[in-house]
Amino acid sequence: MSEGSRDQIFSRLHAATRQSPAPVSQPPAMPIKTYSQKEKVEKLKTLMEAMRTEVHLTGAKNWANSVKDILKQRAVKSLLYATRTEIGKVLEHQWENSAADLPQLFPYKNNIEQHKEMVFNVDAGITSAAGAIAETGALILWPTEKEPRLMSIVPPLHIAVLQADKIHNSLSEVIQKENWPAKMPTNVVLVSGPSKTADIEMTLAFGVHGPKELIVLIVEN
Amino acid sequence: MTNPQPLDFDKNVSRALNDTQLIKNIKSAMATLVSKRKTIFSDATETEQLRTLGNALKKNALSKLPQLLEQLEEKCTQNGIKVHWAETAAEANQQVLDIMKSHGATRLVKGKSMVSEEMELNAFLQKHGIEALETDLGEFIIQLNHETPAHIIVPAIHKNKDQISKIFHDNIPDAPYTEDVAELTAIARKTLRQKFYQADVGLSGVNFAVAETGTLCLVENEGNGRMCTTVPRVHIALMGLEKVVEKLADVPPLLRLLIGSATGQLITTYVNMITSPRKEGEKDGPKEVHLIILDNGRSKIYADPRRRQTLQCIRCGTCLSHCPVYNRIGGHAYGYIYPGPIGKILNPQVEGLKTAGVLASASSLCNACEEVCPVKIQIPDLIRRIRNESYSKDSTCTIEGHGYKRNLTEVLIWKVWQIINTHPSINAAGLKILNVLGLKIPKIGPLKYWTRYRTTPELAKKSLHELAKQHGVDHE
Amino acid sequence: MDHYPEKPQKAYYYGTCLVDMMYPEAGMAGIRLLQQEGVKVIFPSGQTCCGQPAYNSGFPDEARAVARKQLALFPEGHPIVVPSGSCAGMMRHHYPKLFDGDPDIDRIIDFSQRIFELSEFLVQVLNIKLQDRGDPIKVTWHSSCHALREMGIIEDSKSLIRQLKNVDLIELQHETDCCGFGGTFAVKQPAISAAMVKDKTDDILQTGAARLITGDCGCLLNISGAMQHNNIRIGGQHLAEFIWERINDQPSTA
Repeated sequence: MSEGSRDQIFSRLHAATRQSPAPVSQPPAMPIKTYSQKEKVEKLKTLMEAMRTEVHLTGAKNWANSVKDILKQRAVKSLLYATRTEIGKVLEHQWENSAADLPQLFPYKNNIEQHKEMVFNVDAGITSAAGAIAETGALILWPTEKEPRLMSIVPPLHIAVLQADKIHNSLSEVIQKENWPAKMPTNVVLVSGPSKTADIEMTLAFGVHGPKELIVLIVEN
Repeated sequence: MTNPQPLDFDKNVSRALNDTQLIKNIKSAMATLVSKRKTIFSDATETEQLRTLGNALKKNALSKLPQLLEQLEEKCTQNGIKVHWAETAAEANQQVLDIMKSHGATRLVKGKSMVSEEMELNAFLQKHGIEALETDLGEFIIQLNHETPAHIIVPAIHKNKDQISKIFHDNIPDAPYTEDVAELTAIARKTLRQKFYQADVGLSGVNFAVAETGTLCLVENEGNGRMCTTVPRVHIALMGLEKVVEKLADVPPLLRLLIGSATGQLITTYVNMITSPRKEGEKDGPKEVHLIILDNGRSKIYADPRRRQTLQCIRCGTCLSHCPVYNRIGGHAYGYIYPGPIGKILNPQVEGLKTAGVLASASSLCNACEEVCPVKIQIPDLIRRIRNESYSKDSTCTIEGHGYKRNLTEVLIWKVWQIINTHPSINAAGLKILNVLGLKIPKIGPLKYWTRYRTTPELAKKSLHELAKQHGVDHE
Repeated sequence: MDHYPEKPQKAYYYGTCLVDMMYPEAGMAGIRLLQQEGVKVIFPSGQTCCGQPAYNSGFPDEARAVARKQLALFPEGHPIVVPSGSCAGMMRHHYPKLFDGDPDIDRIIDFSQRIFELSEFLVQVLNIKLQDRGDPIKVTWHSSCHALREMGIIEDSKSLIRQLKNVDLIELQHETDCCGFGGTFAVKQPAISAAMVKDKTDDILQTGAARLITGDCGCLLNISGAMQHNNIRIGGQHLAEFIWERINDQPSTA
């Protein structure tokens, strides 16, 4: 049935383009505004904070401590994490040393089918960010088999760890520089803040379906 | 087809104009959207450049539409996305049903999709025993109240807080009555969380489909889109065939235009790009992804090179927000899923002039829509085109139902107008006669509507022609 | 507009049908302002209507027939000044579309490019300077849609008002909102049009202005008519007539 429809649709479309071939001249692309490294961090922080993201600048040596402080402050009881990532390994190590007042770690080891209840009931999820975009104030999340998709959307608190040197000027730039067309993953998500809506009388409300809180750690070397 | 009968537009308009609460809600919300858009596009030069680029990117994609759709299909298929083609809404509905049945699924969670509204998917699925639950907060509200959306971007904008509080309290079990927005949001979150957890299939729209990579782009603020496209084991994406763009590099400027125009933001909370179902070794995401590409009259519009620009629309809704007519009658009065200026040009072309042509009369041609359209659709010109074809029986007309409005009275009025205005001496004589008769324009036919709300226009004692002659300026 | 011509010796004047029939004093004011600046004004007597009413109502053939007659009356290369953003917009921007594919299209495009709205001509070409001789007055200004969006000359119009030192211009809250005229729209969708003009008159009322000034007689007819119908004692006046009265302390038809 779909085949017949496909044929009909294409025969109409082809007939129309045959009749009036319309060469369209392309105007130049929008110029990419470039920022210095310092400006990139500043711009990302400012824009994300305007969207109610909590942003912390931290060093490579102590980002894990920042995470622990954040978790303790909020009395988070359970933390979903990915075992086979760099940050996952650091966290495991940190928890080994002293797990007092810290949430229980829940590894996202198996398929969602086996972990559904866990994923839907943890207090928080922590993931890496593949990069970020200064111009619009957004993280680039690039889920993989090591770091599954639901980690950053289901738990009410999402903590993202971002290397400061992975902040790009713009989406156009990163698509080009990293040659995204050659390697699109199952899913790429840009995230600019916690979930929100203005559907009720244009009044802003947070935490509709996605995380109510987004915390970003920008790790500088 | 939503409305096989001609639209009773007059009745709808009358009802809307008398609904002071509705109009108050609409005006207030639209003023906010207009203001936010202005702020986010405050650099006039940059905005103009961006709009020109958006226009060119969409025109380019449309000029190669069949090739890009073929490429999209090829790439998607390579990536593991199953592509389906639907000529009509009925076919598309059946395809959704078939996919659900093949999985023994009865529970569907929906992200916001105007195409699904166009298809009247929910009603169809309900007839077949399937619960199709809206998860976008605005859509959720109106679904509880058995209504259709009032605006492309903010579907429940015609409702104020106390109306929504009542809807929740009356329809959600155990929901306390509250007018606090944060509390209402929390109720929705809790209720829908359960549904995401249990759903068999998730459905979404598509903002842009990239032919180069076979990628589906979706923008949203709430996170329900990501939930619908990641939690259930099957994801069905619905798109109109005009949503395909050529390259991934085309997406950033179009995103900026769409998001800035729709909600006045630099970027939405989430921009989701989906290229395949769950791959080997991945732990979550749907195992099956389907893309249903819908025609439903679009290829007919495509066939006319001058009407084709209608398909440039990226469904930002900003033409609605800026339209003085929309601001006074709201979305439902238009009688179709797409209201406002885009609705005035789209619906008559899809449904035929006889059923929807009246919508083209609901415009003062103020050009506010054209001024803000992110992809520079010449909406007023298309409204004129629809008006022209409504009256013309000429074989060069290409819209279904053309000539339906042609009537002796109007044809005569304009023929007489033509004669008078191509014969200056008759024009002058006519004015002199009216002057003698008492300086008033006769209240023939439609002119009686003028005097219902305004005083009768008066003719000047001496026309400008006479004064100009008197002052000796009427010759070289 | 990107560039304007130098001040010409002669200029044509296109009065417009509404001005001709109902606001001739506004038409004369425009002519006399041009003359005052040293321009010889020619008002071809055969002119009638630019064709817009039929063009917007679904009768392009009739519009074309009438438009063609207008074109023939302006053979020399002088600029054509029009005291209406709406009619100027029609002739400048829509004539090329209306006559697309016509054998005469070059002549039509040439004609279109010589069209100027009155305010822009006074400001950008003639650099007019105005001395206000009138008593203090509060006025408000309505931006007609085509003057705003097709011709882009609102700032020129408002700058003329601002030159008049005893005139206090109080801006509307929704200056750029359509007044609801839209030509035949006012009679095809009368209730919606009425709702729009009501909002406009409410806005005018809240400014406390004594007079409404605008550059388009369609809007003027609509708004004044509605104000009078509702016993609102605020006069409406075309910009040209208002300017002439202020600088001469007498009506333009004197």
